[in-house]
Amino acid sequence: MYQTTYHRPSSVDEAASLFAKGSDAKYLAGGHTLIPVMKQRLAAPSDVIDLGKIKELVGIEASADTLTIKAATTYYDIMQNADVKKSIPAISYLTSMLGDPAVRHRGTIGGSIANNDPAADFPAALVSLDATVKTNKRSIAADDFFKGLFTTALEDGEIITAIAFPIPAKAGYAKMRHPASRFALTGVFVTQTKTGDVRVAATGASQDGVMRVPAIEAALKANWSAGAIDGVTISADGMISDIHGTSDYRANLVKVMAQRAVDAAG
Amino acid sequence: MGVEGIGASVVRKEDRRFITGKGRYVDDIKLVGMTHAHFIRSPHAHAKIKSIDTSEAMKMPGVVGVLTGQQLVDDKIGNLICGWAITSKDGTGMKMGAWPAMAPETVRFVGQAVAVVIAETKNQARDAAEAVVVNYEELPAVPDIRAAIAPGAPQLHPEAPGNVIYDWTIGDEGATDAAFKAAANVVSLDITNNRLVPNAMEPRAAIAEYNEPEEHFTLYTTSQNPHVARLVLSAFYNIAQEHKLRVVAPDVGGGFGSKIFIYPEEMVALWASKKVGRPVKWTGDRTEAFLTDAHGRDHLTKAEMAFDKDNKITGLRVKTYANLGGYMSLFSSSVPTYLYATLLSGQYNIPNIFAEVISVYTNTVPVDAYRGAGRPEASFVVERLMETAARQLKVDPAELRKKNFITQFPHQTPVIMAYDIGDFHASLDAAMKAIDYAGFPARKAKAKSEGKLRGIGISCYIEACGIAPSKAVGSLGAGVGLWESAEVRVNPVGTIEILTGSHSHGQGHETTFCQLIADRLGVPISQVSIVHGDTDKVQFGMGTYGSRSAAVGLTAILKAMEKVEAKAKKIAAHQLEASENDIVIENGEFKVAGTDKSLALPMVALAAYTAHNLPDGMEPGLKEGAFYDPTNFTFPAGAYICEMEVDAGTGKSTFVNFVAADDFGRLINPMIVEGQVHGGLAQGIGQALLENAAYDASGQLLTASFMDYAMPRADDLPSFKLSHTTTLCPGNPLGVKGCGEAGAIGASAAVINAITDAIGNNKLEMPATPDRVWHAIHG
Repeated sequence: MYQTTYHRPSSVDEAASLFAKGSDAKYLAGGHTLIPVMKQRLAAPSDVIDLGKIKELVGIEASADTLTIKAATTYYDIMQNADVKKSIPAISYLTSMLGDPAVRHRGTIGGSIANNDPAADFPAALVSLDATVKTNKRSIAADDFFKGLFTTALEDGEIITAIAFPIPAKAGYAKMRHPASRFALTGVFVTQTKTGDVRVAATGASQDGVMRVPAIEAALKANWSAGAIDGVTISADGMISDIHGTSDYRANLVKVMAQRAVDAAG
Repeated sequence: MGVEGIGASVVRKEDRRFITGKGRYVDDIKLVGMTHAHFIRSPHAHAKIKSIDTSEAMKMPGVVGVLTGQQLVDDKIGNLICGWAITSKDGTGMKMGAWPAMAPETVRFVGQAVAVVIAETKNQARDAAEAVVVNYEELPAVPDIRAAIAPGAPQLHPEAPGNVIYDWTIGDEGATDAAFKAAANVVSLDITNNRLVPNAMEPRAAIAEYNEPEEHFTLYTTSQNPHVARLVLSAFYNIAQEHKLRVVAPDVGGGFGSKIFIYPEEMVALWASKKVGRPVKWTGDRTEAFLTDAHGRDHLTKAEMAFDKDNKITGLRVKTYANLGGYMSLFSSSVPTYLYATLLSGQYNIPNIFAEVISVYTNTVPVDAYRGAGRPEASFVVERLMETAARQLKVDPAELRKKNFITQFPHQTPVIMAYDIGDFHASLDAAMKAIDYAGFPARKAKAKSEGKLRGIGISCYIEACGIAPSKAVGSLGAGVGLWESAEVRVNPVGTIEILTGSHSHGQGHETTFCQLIADRLGVPISQVSIVHGDTDKVQFGMGTYGSRSAAVGLTAILKAMEKVEAKAKKIAAHQLEASENDIVIENGEFKVAGTDKSLALPMVALAAYTAHNLPDGMEPGLKEGAFYDPTNFTFPAGAYICEMEVDAGTGKSTFVNFVAADDFGRLINPMIVEGQVHGGLAQGIGQALLENAAYDASGQLLTASFMDYAMPRADDLPSFKLSHTTTLCPGNPLGVKGCGEAGAIGASAAVINAITDAIGNNKLEMPATPDRVWHAIHG
């Protein structure tokens, strides 16, 4: 690791102002991406600004229609939270499948979506649930937030403060775990909104990162059941192909995981 | 035997140290004035070094020295050696290319060291390493066997035309061909034995210190065999004389074979410590472990088995290509030959066997012994063939095996090995009972009715352990003898120190070796200490690998103990005014049989050292040594059966049950044996389902971290059901066979046999990832 200056601000405004002062500053959340690349000397930020100790970034609130998870809330706290279990249990389940206990105690929802790893779990939940990403500057719809591999709509220095999830009628998540990293080899999140709309998002599959799956959405809108997806064909074009899974295998997983997610949603 | 003797599941003495963080590993050692080394490694799989500019690096803060491969050449430091000579079928010797510890001219795998920076701190060394400018001219690379043997392939070493190191055969080719001609049925199979990264928990490390006035070196290193390291470093590398080099292998965090070998970093650290006049420390990180630790396996095999009309095996023909990487590591040549093809008879009566093994160079890290070393590859070939044959011949796989089991011992196979004892029916029957083999068809039918694919797979393995009779291995080309040494020191107060040439790096010797003493003398194991891993403390010994520590190392201790006991009995008899033939040893006392006269061990020991009243002519003291050279290998064997369920939608395989029935001969500590079997099974299952070292076409390692290299985790594994059937090894007085490698040798075939049974497609390579299984199901 190269030398860097570590900061631990106590407010979002202080964090943003530290970022503006740094020549090449980076925000630190759970550290699962930034710290390893710094140790490998692949990143050399002038300043590391730790968002993890900012009180206003931690916590979970639920109303009748919305579940709000603040950005620096850890996976573990999300997994254990009673409001999450009650309003969107699929999120609690998704979090339980994330990494291992050590990962869940450090990793944060904001860090995950800001990094936008193409195999991360949370992007699928945000897109499927039609969540809104709140930052210190604005609100961004999930569909507009994820812009392809490791790319988001965030501007330089912008800080995610919370994610607001509309509480759905039904939602489910199913994931085939990557055998080594335990990221999603492919994961599919399915949602039936309170107005009867259906949104399906897959992660780990597309070369462009999280994606909507219109064919499955249409099938489920007509008939909310795993069997309704039987006839759907998912193209392998544009799917990731690597030593752990070919593109046709991942295309198959999109369908199979969607069916299992529907079963899980009930 | 007492509560701590042979056969007792005594809790490991060493665990308190490890569990409380008080283990002392190489990286824990800090010497006064110590500097830190960082290696500059090739980013290319094959390239010429055009130039190395160290001038900027030399000016960096804290830098003590920057050394290159050319300086090694200038100082006449020897190349790394391979210590087992293999002769090709045409009578020529193996074609070994030069392996300098740092490359002066050509690099042949990604990660090969080309220079080293020595600095005051680790970070300063790393900073300066970035300022070293190496100009490479890239050469076309051969990343795998097929590329290496293709016509017109780039040549790695001028010594090895066509990249072939040797083309070696074993067995009777003519008789085997005749058996195939006469066969009623022939079964054939193409097999890839996947390449693995050992991944010991502790990465390799070394600290070298040079004492200039004494011209003496000390090397602390992560070694499974410190004396072998000292011998090789002094005899071949021209760094230090043997009596001027102390090698210490303190606590070592796992080896699995990968820490048998002498590595470039140890050589460079020693040489550099003299060059810079300061102690030099190098601790590898995980990336360096992936890139530079010797890998394991990596075979391509075509195997055929011939049967007569009664389904008796009449012949086995095997052709294997083995990838040895860019250079020949210390024992690499022996692994795919004498440790592999000699086990191709498996547990079966096979009258005719012929095997050809062609070992090749590729632009990958060297491949050498990894837990099982050749025997997992052999067992996989035989047990996949047996399962395939049963399916092709439409007979029950257990029955086909039983029909062909060897039942008379000793049994001479056509491939050198003479099995001394075993009961293969007993272990297979035990495993079949444990898994309710008879009930499997009903379970499979029930699973099918629920839309699940259920399969069962058997693997009956045999291994040659207790490595090895020195004369035999010498006649086969080994550069060393494979005996073991021991010294038993009874101190004047009656406590005991055992100096052993074996080395414990997870095996639990500090407990099991004490149990022998407890068994012989009836003293508590707290009265016994095990001393190992330091060439200044311990007499020359051969180290730990090949499941040899109990069969060879512990027998050497027993031989020394017998001498100690004989002398102690003479002293006791003299003191008690009895005949030494009447002295018996019980509960730490030397008793005159049939009387109430006795002398406690401390009194005997004290008598030996005060020497006030010893038998006439007896030397004082109570300390004896022994060297034990086994007369044969030992042959642990067993049966593993695995039942799996496959999810047709995802191709994911899940264990329903895994049973193991092993015959290790006498068990010294059943709890430790169980732990060894669990660990071995995890590695065998890891190979079958998860692990794969993959290089891309340019020779870059794709799986260079745990993000891509799938190590087995607890939740990937079932709860194993273990049992033992016992035939005592007649070759050593303890009757032990060895248990360290069995799980890794037998497990993978059971898993693949079960999955292929479940999916009804026999074409499936390891690792059987969900992706591969799904493709095998859906075509």
